[in-house]
Amino acid sequence: PPTACGLCQSPEQAPPPTGQDCPQAPAASACGKAQQPPRGPWPIAWEEGPRRHGHGVHLLRVLVLLWSLPGIPQTWDDNWGETTTAVTGTSEHSLSQEDIVRITKDLEDSVGLDCRRYFTLTLAVVLGLLVFLTPLAFLALPHLLWPDKLLVCGTACEGLFISVAFKLLILLLAVWALFFRAPRAGLPRVFVFRALLAVLVLLFVVSYWLFYGVRILDSQDENYQGIVQYAVSLVDALLFIHYLAIVLLELRQLQPAFSVSVTRSTDGETRQYNLGQLSIQRAALAIIENYYRDFFVHNPALLTASKSRAAKHLAGLKVYNVDGEFPATPATGPGNNAATGLAHSQSRAMIAAAARRRDTNHNELYYEEAEHERRVRKRKARLVVAVEEAFTHIKRMQEEEQKKAPGDVMDPREAAQAIFPSMARSLQKYLRTTRQQHCHSMESIQQHLAFCITNNMTPKAFLESYLTPGPTLQYGRERWLARQWTLVSEASVTSGLKEGAIFLLKCIDFSLVVTVKRIPYIQLSEEFIDPKSHKFVLRLQSETSV
Amino acid sequence: MKGAKNDFRPLSYLQPGRNTKVSETMSFIPGQPVTAVVQRIEIRKLRQGEHLILGFSIGGGIDQDPGQNPFSEDKSDKGIYVTRVTPEGPAEVAGLMMGDKVMQVNGWDMTMVTHDQARKRLTKKNEDVVRLLVTRKSLEQAVKHSMM
Repeated sequence: PPTACGLCQSPEQAPPPTGQDCPQAPAASACGKAQQPPRGPWPIAWEEGPRRHGHGVHLLRVLVLLWSLPGIPQTWDDNWGETTTAVTGTSEHSLSQEDIVRITKDLEDSVGLDCRRYFTLTLAVVLGLLVFLTPLAFLALPHLLWPDKLLVCGTACEGLFISVAFKLLILLLAVWALFFRAPRAGLPRVFVFRALLAVLVLLFVVSYWLFYGVRILDSQDENYQGIVQYAVSLVDALLFIHYLAIVLLELRQLQPAFSVSVTRSTDGETRQYNLGQLSIQRAALAIIENYYRDFFVHNPALLTASKSRAAKHLAGLKVYNVDGEFPATPATGPGNNAATGLAHSQSRAMIAAAARRRDTNHNELYYEEAEHERRVRKRKARLVVAVEEAFTHIKRMQEEEQKKAPGDVMDPREAAQAIFPSMARSLQKYLRTTRQQHCHSMESIQQHLAFCITNNMTPKAFLESYLTPGPTLQYGRERWLARQWTLVSEASVTSGLKEGAIFLLKCIDFSLVVTVKRIPYIQLSEEFIDPKSHKFVLRLQSETSV
Repeated sequence: MKGAKNDFRPLSYLQPGRNTKVSETMSFIPGQPVTAVVQRIEIRKLRQGEHLILGFSIGGGIDQDPGQNPFSEDKSDKGIYVTRVTPEGPAEVAGLMMGDKVMQVNGWDMTMVTHDQARKRLTKKNEDVVRLLVTRKSLEQAVKHSMM
């Protein structure tokens, strides 16, 4: 039974227990001595060395593993009373999974952005109403204000009425098509082209109203046909402004002009995309949407190996200054040269010692990787066989048979639940070996199995989503760990993309580094070859000297 | 055509010396026996660095364009011709002349070979001496005159 010493974490690679259980009494006092435990992915605690005692529950594992029992190794360290601990650099910067979840929740609860959305929405609605009602007002006001003085205008006006009606209808449909779409993202700065267009429309409508007010309302013009033509010209101009909107907002960035290269900072996966002339924030949006589709899902479990190697490098050598002062943060000043000199010599000594030490890390890595590969392949073979066998237990029933034998008929979900246990164990082992077990819950696997059975998929098709990591879209929404992205850029985010621009898209776990290059100007020339000109002869007399 | 010399086309060469009798001209009809006056030339290879050189250049072959051959009478003749002889080389010393058509090399036929095969047969590394049978127009005329 585990002891109550819950503060400290025991590492995965702890040496095997010496056979003694952690006694109750010393555990409490030992824990009192212990310093703040480092919280992070499990190998971090490894280098702390002598502090391993009691039992530790890995917080990270409990949160994400749904099938396995949390590992509760018990190690008893004989030297717990006599050791000192040193806090290494890595443990100060690690976050536990708890922190990560907490931060995400905080961010999602923020409300500041919504106010801006509603503001822009109301502005757009007001502008739209103004635009649509203005021509109708132009046409209706003379009839309301001075109906007796108006000249009767016959077929010409009626023709113009029809054209105004249809043009307004077309404008309505066009505006609906272009602007009435669910917003797909919240960008940090205002969208420059939209703002310009809104200002243009407003100025335009206001100037028309001014003219109308001064020249027609004040003077009570009798020429109704002229007024109708004025309204028609307004609608025409609005249609042209809408054309301008299409060109600026939609068409201009279709032609590719830049090639951006996106690299994920944690594992270096890189893709290239072609973008048109966009502002940096719109380019960032396009890149993020492509990221969810193209990049393999971010799996932090795959990075622990390199972190543990790095930790071992650091842990190998520790420099202790036994003579007294700590060369802490160097203050400026002439009397400080000694301290910086000390720090320099320390680092140089460390580097020299590290070089001299017979480092067999590469050897370990090579054999470890070969071993891991072999294990993965073995598990994969077992898994494939198990799944194929499981699928043979199920047969699809035809319509006529269904009526004849309603006994053991199952719907896809039940069928999936029936055959799942036979493959569950090998699938679980395979996922553990490839460190994907937190991406797939049992529920999601059964759902996927039911889906495959319904759609007559083969076992290979069912397995494909587990054998290779897929894009982030493939996994459930809870895997989309970050929907809050931060754009870090030296240039203003509303400025356009330029050759050599670099900006970062940060989310909590990783960041995407984006480099922009211009697509070169291509000079294409033509060459005409007459099909009759393909003639051949034997090789020219060649001469060889002997 | 490696085994060509065993196949369909029998060659009959009349060995020279001084007293040869030849009645046919040197014509070339594929598939028909060829008759020619030949001169035997023995060339001793000269070692130059790591190579053994003979001191002349060849042109022609069944994979080459016969119309370009400046030395052949019959422009459909695809035989191997000597196109250049380096002065004071082993070939010149042995009596080879430019424009000669090579009929045999060490017993291997040269009238129906590709250019590369001809080169290979002349440049075998384990042979120090090559014995060529070559023919030229002046030989025929010389024989005719001597018969008259």
